[in-house]
Amino acid sequence: MASTVVIDKGAPTRKVKYGSMSRDRAWALRWSYFFLIVFAIFSLVPPLYMLITSLKSSAEISAATNPWWVFHPTLSNYIELLTSNQFLTFFWNSAWVSIVVVTITMLISVPAAFALSRMRFWGSATLATGVFLTYLIPDTLLFLPLFKMFAAFGDWTGIPLINRWYVLLIVYPTLTVPFCTWIMIGYFASIPKELDEAAIIDGASWFQTLTRIFIPVAMPGLIAATIFAFTVSWAQFLYPLVFTTSTDQLVLPVGIITTLIKGDVFNWGQIMTGALLGAAPPLIIYAFLMDYYIAGLTAGATKG
Amino acid sequence: MADVTLRKVIKRYDEVEAVRGIDLDIADHEFVVLVGPSGCGKSTTLRMIAGLEDISDGDIMIGGDVVNDVPPKDRDIAMVFQNYALYPHMTVAENMSFGLRLKRYPKAEIKSRVDEAARMLDIVELVDRKPKQLSGGQRQRVAMGRAIVRNPKVFLFDEPLSNLDAKLRVQMRIEIKKVHQKVRTTTVYVTHDQVEAMTLADRVVVMNHGRIEQIGTPNELYHKPATKFVASFIGSPAMNFIPCRLEDLAGKLHVRLTDRTTFPLPPARAARYQGVPRSDKLLLGLRPEHITEARPHLAPGVEAFDAVLDVTEPMGMETLIYFTLEGSQVCGRVNPNAGAQDGAPLRLAVDLNNMHLLNEVTGVVL
Ligand SMILES: Nc1ncnc2c1ncn2[C@@H]1O[C@H](COP(=O)(O)OP(=O)(O)OP(=O)(O)O)[C@@H](O)[C@H]1O
Ligand SMILES: [Mg+2]
Repeated sequence: MASTVVIDKGAPTRKVKYGSMSRDRAWALRWSYFFLIVFAIFSLVPPLYMLITSLKSSAEISAATNPWWVFHPTLSNYIELLTSNQFLTFFWNSAWVSIVVVTITMLISVPAAFALSRMRFWGSATLATGVFLTYLIPDTLLFLPLFKMFAAFGDWTGIPLINRWYVLLIVYPTLTVPFCTWIMIGYFASIPKELDEAAIIDGASWFQTLTRIFIPVAMPGLIAATIFAFTVSWAQFLYPLVFTTSTDQLVLPVGIITTLIKGDVFNWGQIMTGALLGAAPPLIIYAFLMDYYIAGLTAGATKG
Repeated sequence: MADVTLRKVIKRYDEVEAVRGIDLDIADHEFVVLVGPSGCGKSTTLRMIAGLEDISDGDIMIGGDVVNDVPPKDRDIAMVFQNYALYPHMTVAENMSFGLRLKRYPKAEIKSRVDEAARMLDIVELVDRKPKQLSGGQRQRVAMGRAIVRNPKVFLFDEPLSNLDAKLRVQMRIEIKKVHQKVRTTTVYVTHDQVEAMTLADRVVVMNHGRIEQIGTPNELYHKPATKFVASFIGSPAMNFIPCRLEDLAGKLHVRLTDRTTFPLPPARAARYQGVPRSDKLLLGLRPEHITEARPHLAPGVEAFDAVLDVTEPMGMETLIYFTLEGSQVCGRVNPNAGAQDGAPLRLAVDLNNMHLLNEVTGVVL
């Protein structure tokens, strides 16, 4: 009997304490959800508006009815774009440029980051900082000198670079390589040095250490860098606007703007549709790669 | 299997000299432990044997061949790291077989070697797991397995047990000893734990400030330390050092601790210390087990004295006592039934047959 009394006395105090703690947590949760929702609305409204507009006919758009509702939904914008050779050319140009740029970037950045983070050689630290500094120079500052350089190169060698889509394969890596190298240096630096020492003692060459240990272990970083390189090359606007002009050489962002805006006539329905279709590949790639984006892959390498 | 020899090996980092001329001969099959305080150059020495650090001067030989400029993978050594350094994306079996696969061993041979090592280390049921699914002790076993399957000339261990809790450490210590008894591979083992050094080693190398203080079997180091550093580093609780002088009283050599306390030296010790100048400042080195409670009949060379205990620490099978003598704190080990109590006086006996006499200035054991 006595013991029950003691338990009864203890229980309420413990309950109050626990309650106050969980109430704090509940409030924190509510606030974070509130801001998450605000943020989600903020970033989802433009795509939603694009989707709604893309489903309208030109007549309905110019009629200026409720912009948030479709009264006569139609897929005509989609059909027109997807059957237009021009749009498909832009799309393939974009795809080619992005895929090749991502490949070039990774082939340069990963070994570069490995060398800069692991092989101590004369000037390696300075070089690592230098790599990052080049990223800080804005492209708006570079496009004129680059244009002059490419034009001069064309005059000199007879290989035309201006107004060719493949000029972008040279230009984009100047944006992607420094940043991806920097990301990968960070990831490689987080790999304990005993891991490569163990591999070297096990008989691995530098190259085997990179391919069989570093790349698998730093896979999350590699994927982050890949996504970044792809997004940058897919969405770049200034460089293709400057370096390419013929419609068969254009990539998607520039192509949509230059062909669908005729003078002061804006074909809003198709612009929105083109932009939506253009945004799809990065989205799909994100969704696909996120599955592999397993952070904390290095857990268990060391004492942990 | 091979012997390892270091000849006047020096390692300099820009300003600092981390290793200052090490000479060491390690015989085939031998288990040698490098021990010393933090920063004394143990790891650097081990990593130079592994080839992970260049040597600034001197020679390193493995199996008779100078390997100064041989890259690690051609030295035929295996190393176990403090943080295990398991490949996180590989299973236990893949971790262990990585080196063999790089060398393109036949599949069957790899499998049999991995199986054998897994059996030896009792990790057979873990071979398909990833490192993150293992406990610290299991990871340590895998790291050892990775070394064993390679069947190298030399095993190198850098503080392999210091990330484990005390109990597991003792268990793994025994495990390492068992493995060495089976494979008999020449081993160099680095630790800062003198108990590990004493229990594992055929020979212990005590290092300090980038130099070797003394090399010897665990017993030699314990009973015949060459310097004050070794005397105080080996053994726990540590050896007591009490300031003293030698004095001739009534034709016999005595050691004088205080104005009131002198002990006559046993004949063997007296003969040994006869030539020491009487004016030298000396230290009397006594291990705690040689300061015990006084028994009614004192053996020859054992002298009784009275002390007031500051603190007592009952350990179960013995009680550690601490008291102050000539300003220095002294530790002794008495029988739990001796009646030792905090703040109480106790009659103690000191066994001078096991005493050490050190020069206070040079730290050399006389
Ligand atoms: N890369 C380095 N550059 C400069 N000094 C170094 C470098 N590596 C080690 N040292 C110095 O060399 C000395 C010996 O280092 P070492 O790692 O061998 O010590 P240790 O005996 O293994 O110590 P611990 O028990 O703490 O591991 C230290 O004073 C350390 O500061
Ligand atoms: Mg160390």
